[in-house]
Amino acid sequence: MRRFLRRRLSVFGLAVLVLIVALALFAPVFGDPGANDFAAVLQPPSAQHPLGTDDLGRDTLARIAHGARVSMQAGVLATLLAMAVGVPLGLIAGYYRGWADLVISRTTDLLLAFPFLILAVGLAAILGPSLRNVVIALGISALPSFIRVTRGEVLGLREQDYVAGAIADGARDVRILRRYILPNAISPLLVQATVTIPEAIIGESVLSFLGLGVQPPTPSWGTMLSAAQSFLSQAPLLAVFPGVAIALAALSFNLVGDGLRDTLDPKATR
Amino acid sequence: MTSSLDLPVQVGPANDPLLSVDDLRVRFASEDGPVYAVNGVSFELGASEVLAIVGESGCGKSVTAMAIPGLLPPTATVEGSIRLAGVDLLSLSPKELREVRGKDISFVFQEPMTSLNPAFTVGRQIREVLQRHEGLSKRAAQQRAVELLELVRIPAPQRRVDEYPHQLSGGMRQRVMIAMGVACGPKVLIADEPTTALDVTIQAGVLDIMRDLRTELSTAIILITHDLGVVADLADRVVVMYAGMPVEEAEIHELFAHPQHPYTNGLLRAIPHREKGVEEVARSRLAEIPGLVPSLRSEPDLCPFAPRCPRSTEICVSLRPPLEPTRPHHPTACYHPGEDS
Amino acid sequence: MGSYLVRRVGTSALVLLLASIVVFVGVRALPGDAALALAGEERDPAALAEIREKYGLNDPIVVQYLRYLGNSLQGDLGFSTRTGLDVSQIIVDRLPVTLELALLSLLVGLLIGIPAGIVAALRRGSWPDNVSNGFGLLGLSIPNFWLGLVLILVVSVQLRLLPASGYVPLLENPVQNLQRMVLPAIVLGTGLSAVLMRQMRSAMLETMSADYVRTARSKGLSERQVVLVHALRNSLITVVTVLGLQLGALISGAVITEQIFVIPGFGKLIVDGVFTRDYPVIQGVALVTVFGYVLVNLLVDLTYSFLNPRIRVSGAAS
Repeated sequence: MRRFLRRRLSVFGLAVLVLIVALALFAPVFGDPGANDFAAVLQPPSAQHPLGTDDLGRDTLARIAHGARVSMQAGVLATLLAMAVGVPLGLIAGYYRGWADLVISRTTDLLLAFPFLILAVGLAAILGPSLRNVVIALGISALPSFIRVTRGEVLGLREQDYVAGAIADGARDVRILRRYILPNAISPLLVQATVTIPEAIIGESVLSFLGLGVQPPTPSWGTMLSAAQSFLSQAPLLAVFPGVAIALAALSFNLVGDGLRDTLDPKATR
Repeated sequence: MTSSLDLPVQVGPANDPLLSVDDLRVRFASEDGPVYAVNGVSFELGASEVLAIVGESGCGKSVTAMAIPGLLPPTATVEGSIRLAGVDLLSLSPKELREVRGKDISFVFQEPMTSLNPAFTVGRQIREVLQRHEGLSKRAAQQRAVELLELVRIPAPQRRVDEYPHQLSGGMRQRVMIAMGVACGPKVLIADEPTTALDVTIQAGVLDIMRDLRTELSTAIILITHDLGVVADLADRVVVMYAGMPVEEAEIHELFAHPQHPYTNGLLRAIPHREKGVEEVARSRLAEIPGLVPSLRSEPDLCPFAPRCPRSTEICVSLRPPLEPTRPHHPTACYHPGEDS
Repeated sequence: MGSYLVRRVGTSALVLLLASIVVFVGVRALPGDAALALAGEERDPAALAEIREKYGLNDPIVVQYLRYLGNSLQGDLGFSTRTGLDVSQIIVDRLPVTLELALLSLLVGLLIGIPAGIVAALRRGSWPDNVSNGFGLLGLSIPNFWLGLVLILVVSVQLRLLPASGYVPLLENPVQNLQRMVLPAIVLGTGLSAVLMRQMRSAMLETMSADYVRTARSKGLSERQVVLVHALRNSLITVVTVLGLQLGALISGAVITEQIFVIPGFGKLIVDGVFTRDYPVIQGVALVTVFGYVLVNLLVDLTYSFLNPRIRVSGAAS
């Protein structure tokens, strides 16, 4: 913890993260993201609309705040989904080896044969556009890295004396995995999660931007940017705020991730 | 030995030591404050002499060795003096130091696997030092590299010279390191745990080569080791280090016969039939001594061995003992010197 | 080397075969009826049945797959249901566009990322290191499509320096082509350079603390020789191995970059295909993309084994 706090940047990242989470939690405070005001469309920032309004006269700040909900959900849930499926698969592959490993590893190779976004676009197209399906598409796309990280850790831990000892003592597999292997694999998985969340946040915005994700009128940073594209010359700021929001959200996770990596693995040269 | 290498041997004026280290102090800057790694080491090395520096890991012996040709990282602060044939190495510019490194002072490191670059053939790595210091052409350097491999008794040197480190056995890799070390006929060869990473049977071969090279090339050797067997095999004189300080220094037979410092006694204790002589000692490792090497967060102002020492008294924990002769030509830093009974 | 080559090629072939199944099944899982899409305006049940029969849509799925696989292997990827054009021909037309974009981006990425990574590692903790690290973090965090929008906004809309979008074939007018490719290449390249910079930095830090670098210093080599000869080569080996994986990010990035800059390449083709339910096009593009991706990764692995003599000789796969 001291190591983490010593990194000023990581603390900054954590602060931004807390801010964004607060924004998402208290989004309704910033107003109704769907309230039209056709008398005030494409307004620049003012006292009434701190970040201006969009082409339908909706308050940008309110939409950013509600968009934070979508982004945070997509980032965290997709990562949790990838972990929930990937970690057990990685444990099985690494612990039991043999044909289970073969099948799981080949499936991982197969998933990795598709570039992340191509896979996500394809899955989103098959599943249909909605936040739930974006989470599923991004979760599956992020699956291979969690399988690989877990499997690699287990392969290493299996060779450790205390694990070999527990196996020799006839401990049950589930017990060995839960007591000895999983706790020691937590650090790299946590670090992997902090890499995956910003990827998923950006992934959600890309899918929504393309029209394959969250559908209007639900506010999402991606759909906001997509709409802003048509008004670049009249209201350039409309294309700035949601992008800054995405970048800040991704940056905060990346900073926290860097700090975590430093803290959990002091040997790492970052 | 059939090699006819004509390596230049330069020996300083008589009675003048080839290398003299005086009150060497090395301090590392770290996140948690300075680390006092070496705290006043002094010794002299005569031409073609073999001096062993012995101690547990963390005692500062490797840092001392690395400090001599200026190989310590920038976080290190080095004080004292290091004179090679009268020239103070600490006053040299980085460029002048690079002229010394590999030519006058060369190194053999502990891990021959990782100390050789995996991406280049051994021939290229030997050539590099020859081309750097001797100004040889590539072809001449290659020829010389083959001769050097022959000198360190690598079979089929013509073929081996074009192989990569991973294609050689551990023992052969270490011989390549030695060949690289003696390539430019150095005055001083510093061997840092040259046999520690090797199997016992292979160790003997490497030590044989070093012993022969020493007589053949008249190169002085500083041998850094924790292995008393290696010391007995090769060294003329021994400096025992503890917590960054020399605690005892003596000619080899004197040290084995009359160890003065309780730490040296501890190192030798597990060896049976010590009185029968040095030969019996060979192949024995340092005995484990209970307790831990103290952390070097501050410069020691008392006897650093006191917490682990059976002879420790009041004075040991209040004043650092000076390194003074307790027998002829045999200085020891201890208030209660003598052999264990 | 021989057996390693055979094994590595075999694995790639297996992955490709499985991927072709995934693509085939995936496209069939897309919502909508392929026959309806083929029929276009035609809604007559009899005509639909005829289409089903004609395109073999009534055959068992396995038969359909094998026919598709056989045709694909002969370069026949079918016809676009929207334009009626030969999918293979569309791909041949569009591929160079994306390749040019990818190569330019790779150039930008390497030219910025590698030197920045080296300097950051050698001057660890200094201002160039901090600037590089900040750049690396921003590059990872800023979505490239937004960077594209901002560049269009600033360079094209505000400053009117370069055209905002569109495409002119390289052979037709190289100057206009480059004018339109510069911004997309910067967008894709900076993201790549951020990743490369981070990897190069950590690889350099690792090699610079390697024992053989210490050995090189002990030989009296200059710091320049130590870095350029001994450390750089081994660091590059590490970075090259991950370059293949970066290609995936590059393809992903191309999808959206082409969308924003309205460049008629592969990425735009697949997204347009998804929206117009042009199944043969989606299928063909996905297949060729995966093929190219797997092939490049295979080449990268082989390059790696060439650069790293340990693998070249012993044939041990990592």
